[in-house]
Amino acid sequence: MRALPIPLMLVQPILATIGSRVASGRPELFERLGHHAQKCFVIDPIDLPFVLALRPVPEAPKLTAHRRSDLPAHDACIAGSFINLFDMIDGALDGDALFFSRDLRITGDIEAAVALRNALDDLDGSIFDDVGTAFGPFSKPAALAIAGLRSLRGRSRS
Amino acid sequence: MTTTPSTFTRPELICPAGTPAGLRAAIEAGADAVYCGLQNATNARNFPGLNFSVKELTEAVAYANARNAKVLLAINTFPPAGKFDLWKDAIDTAARLGLHAVIVADIGVAAYAARTYPELRVHLSVQAGASSPEAIRYYCEEFGVKRVVLPRILTVTEIADIHRQIPCEIETFIFGNIGMMAEGRCSLTNYITGISTNMDGVCSPAADVRYEETADGTLTTRLGGVMIDRFGCNESAGYPTICKGRYTCAGKSEPYYAFEEPLTLNLSSLLPDLMRAGVTALKIEGRQRSRAYVKAVVSAYRKAVDDIMAGREVALDSLIALTEGSKESQGAFRSKTWR
Repeated sequence: MRALPIPLMLVQPILATIGSRVASGRPELFERLGHHAQKCFVIDPIDLPFVLALRPVPEAPKLTAHRRSDLPAHDACIAGSFINLFDMIDGALDGDALFFSRDLRITGDIEAAVALRNALDDLDGSIFDDVGTAFGPFSKPAALAIAGLRSLRGRSRS
Repeated sequence: MTTTPSTFTRPELICPAGTPAGLRAAIEAGADAVYCGLQNATNARNFPGLNFSVKELTEAVAYANARNAKVLLAINTFPPAGKFDLWKDAIDTAARLGLHAVIVADIGVAAYAARTYPELRVHLSVQAGASSPEAIRYYCEEFGVKRVVLPRILTVTEIADIHRQIPCEIETFIFGNIGMMAEGRCSLTNYITGISTNMDGVCSPAADVRYEETADGTLTTRLGGVMIDRFGCNESAGYPTICKGRYTCAGKSEPYYAFEEPLTLNLSSLLPDLMRAGVTALKIEGRQRSRAYVKAVVSAYRKAVDDIMAGREVALDSLIALTEGSKESQGAFRSKTWR
């Protein structure tokens, strides 16, 4: 998947909404992260023109977008194709299997990365469905977009 | 593969759960029983972000009971001197919450469970490394062990032979880590990191793991600063464990898997043989894996066991995408000369 450059200022409010929605709706995520909730994770969808930085501090989690040329200081980086990262967070793909097949790269603080993976994996249902409902009048298009991404499942790996 | 169901007793499918969501995924996929651990050193998957709090375990037992599934608690590490209370607390918790059984490795823990809670079912963990009828009978006689999880070093023929000589049930691994080291005795992680797999419950602690990937796609894995392996850009990777590293050895011109290769045990084609050998429970490894793994593997084996019991042809879904190193093996179960 190749994407056109997107002005990051358009993406940031969406990410902020996602962060606050996860904080209010999935508090168990932060319990499972323990002290790793204070760390910064870069999530790098390698086929998109920006990366995400996640600081999952329970009181005020922050999710922001950055250019690769302007990476924030971070503890761990998890990189893979957008669809693989989407499927892993959606609970449809196994992170270890993606690592074995070299479709997932993890660098930096591996303990923090493992804790994040396990914390996300303990979320029943889909975190994307949760955040999809956070966009008021845009919730329906968001749900359609999520469904569209799920329909791609498997195609990118076949 | 055709089968003769009348000769089989229906085996239990024992499935892993690293988190409450994993437990629910396992039961929904058809697990007869799920094994899990507490968030401390009392179990051999003491990994960051993994395992159950007491509250989560309480809810998990209720969830499983409502669906006729069993929950087993792995208390399968060895208490260091002066720290036995943590293991006692784990046994107390299992008894108080009404878990179906505890899976123990240490004789002190087994004795505490047997004497304090005579009604609590005790299974002998693979970590105990009991592989002879004599050793297994000792555990049965001294601690009332009801089931032994056999080390993954025995052929099916040997399992059948053991079955005829012991008074307890047999559980064998059918999928996951190949576990070819002397189980419960491995000190490789301890040697490198100072942290014990068998007492701290962590093999290759993530805090000591580093991955380095160069621009050409070469991946180097290190544990505690020691290089374990280097994978070319088109090579599948394995877990960063010392036992699955490549090393230069006498008589080998290239770095060599001196202990074992990164691959996954898959005994799908041996299921009827295992059932015929008297195996009561079939175990899937992988509490550290995701609910996606649990769902896929448990579903595939649920169908396979049900097909065998119904006398149908078994066609297990391919699980190669979930295997370590993208390779699978029947290990020692088929032959001791598998390597």
